[in-house]
Amino acid sequence: MKEFIKIENVYYKYYDNSDNFALKGIDLTINKGEFIAVVGHNGCGKSTLSKLLNSIFIPTTGTITVDGIDTKNDDKLFEIRKKVGLVLQNPDNQIVAGIVEEDVAFGCENLGFRPQEIRERVDYALKAVDMYDYRLHSPEKLSGGQKQRVAIAGIIAMKPECIVLDEPTAMLDPKGRDEVLNTIRELNKKLGITIVLITHYMEETILADKIVMMNDGAIMLSGTPKEFFSDVELLKRYRLDVPQVTELCYKLKGCGYELPDSVLDEHECVEALYKLLSNYNELL
Amino acid sequence: MSIIKAENITLMYGAGTSFEKTALDNVSFEIEKGEFTGIIGHTGSGKSTLVQLLNGLMKPDKGCIYLDEKNIWKKPKQIRNVRFRVGLVFQYPEHQLFEETVYKDIAFGPKNMGLEEDEIDRRVRQASEFAGLKEDKLMLSPFDLSGGEKRRAAIAGVIAMDPEVLILDEPTAGLDPLGRDALLSGIEDYHRSRNKTIILVSHNMEDVARYCEKVLVMSHGKKILHDTTESVFTRSDILEQNGLRVPQIMKVMSELKQKGINVDTSIMTVDKAFIEIINLLSDK
Ligand SMILES: Nc1ncnc2c1ncn2[C@@H]1O[C@H](COP(=O)(O)OP(=O)(O)OP(=O)(O)O)[C@@H](O)[C@H]1O
Ligand SMILES: Nc1ncnc2c1ncn2[C@@H]1O[C@H](COP(=O)(O)OP(=O)(O)OP(=O)(O)O)[C@@H](O)[C@H]1O
Ligand SMILES: [Mg+2]
Ligand SMILES: [Mg+2]
Repeated sequence: MKEFIKIENVYYKYYDNSDNFALKGIDLTINKGEFIAVVGHNGCGKSTLSKLLNSIFIPTTGTITVDGIDTKNDDKLFEIRKKVGLVLQNPDNQIVAGIVEEDVAFGCENLGFRPQEIRERVDYALKAVDMYDYRLHSPEKLSGGQKQRVAIAGIIAMKPECIVLDEPTAMLDPKGRDEVLNTIRELNKKLGITIVLITHYMEETILADKIVMMNDGAIMLSGTPKEFFSDVELLKRYRLDVPQVTELCYKLKGCGYELPDSVLDEHECVEALYKLLSNYNELL
Repeated sequence: MSIIKAENITLMYGAGTSFEKTALDNVSFEIEKGEFTGIIGHTGSGKSTLVQLLNGLMKPDKGCIYLDEKNIWKKPKQIRNVRFRVGLVFQYPEHQLFEETVYKDIAFGPKNMGLEEDEIDRRVRQASEFAGLKEDKLMLSPFDLSGGEKRRAAIAGVIAMDPEVLILDEPTAGLDPLGRDALLSGIEDYHRSRNKTIILVSHNMEDVARYCEKVLVMSHGKKILHDTTESVFTRSDILEQNGLRVPQIMKVMSELKQKGINVDTSIMTVDKAFIEIINLLSDK
């Protein structure tokens, strides 16, 4: 796989005169087409890192390159933003226009597409997040979850090579969460868009190729979902949890019952428990 | 005796314009003193609108809201007192934080209530601890906090008023998993030990199942269910039709049942499921 984003020994602090670093020596390579989930406690530096990926901030020390371009390179700012789209943690901060479809079109307009192309992209994006019916509404007057969907649509419409989403499902209902996650997965699988998903919901991370856990400004742990969720106790020590089904199977396994390692989704859990329970029946 | 009663309330946004929207449509319910109620519903179903009406931030177009059997809009000049007694934590903490420092933000409510400096200080510190906000964040500007830290500051600001009815609109969105559990157990404790009435708006079905005694379900501005948590979550058909889900564990239980294993399908938490499975295994 081709390297896409390369983060090398990056430190970041918000104020020059402070010695509080929000990021303390991050090293991470994200390959083209990869789906990465980033988790970690409040204030560990996830949003800070996300803003470094498309040059909103530049590293205090260390380097980040996007497709070979150094994010410090002012002349290439436009190119970097075109490659890496960021959905901010608070959708209010992302709203720029008075009408939903204009808001969604904003990014595309800046990229200089023709009106017909913009129209198609905006419609696609609004449909993908199920907000097409609201296209003529005012974003300020939407509910929390509706605003979040509009913010996501704005980035989807730009179809950048990489999309970074900072807690995109925090305000969504369960169905909306599934829909947004499906859209993200589709963008990743069908269009090959690289995804960086920041979330506090462990159920969402099981879709990723790799989970990265941050702790106090540094990366503490990373691995495939199966590897990552194998040590439930360790994750809890870092303020994380695991999906309900993972926890249930882990606890049963701890009592000596035969179950697979890191059960991650409902289907797997039902199959494993069914097998366990029916084996016992047969023994009788 | 009911502490809160909503009687046929209707609320329209943009009445008379082409965007007229009936956000609440003839909603009635009662909440008993000391009850812990969850409000769930799809994005845009009217939850935030409803809770803003309950603490007197907006006035219903039709119908009445009673606090301790008194119509809260009977004396509009005294609506401030309603806001002290019914504390509301907003869905977006940014809508609640506006002072220069976090400390001043948390002190804002108690100050308006006319409390003494010492008492204010005590409450600020106690409330910050309750919300899991570290002492060293108090002198920062609220804008320099991470998303989860802002959330904690907003919660502390309401707790500092020591309201009789505490309403939280998506309080755990943006909190890390441990923070989520700690906050909800703190609220449960506040509820139990001091007989406080709690209303929790949430998209997290697992949390609602675990902490709430009653659940009110909204859909398209209407109340569609209001019952004990167990009864509401047995109506998975209605919930799914309205963008909601049952907790993950409950789904696993009902799928096991469908496969012919005799498990209790009303189980919603990992702990109970664990015991159920252990019992089934040791019966054999
Ligand atoms: N604008 C800012 N100015 C100064 N310090 C900041 C600013 N934004 C964040 N910080 C601090 O930097 C650290 C990392 O914040 P960041 O927002 O990256 O955390 P996060 O991992 O995204 O947390 P959360 O899960 O709460 O969103 C925190 O200690 C925070 O207080
Ligand atoms: N200020 C406003 N002006 C016009 N319409 C509004 C306004 N605020 C909300 N609405 C509309 O009223 C409906 C109910 O919104 P509300 O914010 O109460 O929903 P909610 O259930 O809290 O949703 P969410 O789960 O997304 O937070 C939505 O369709 C929304 O678009
Ligand atoms: Mg953040
Ligand atoms: Mg809301």
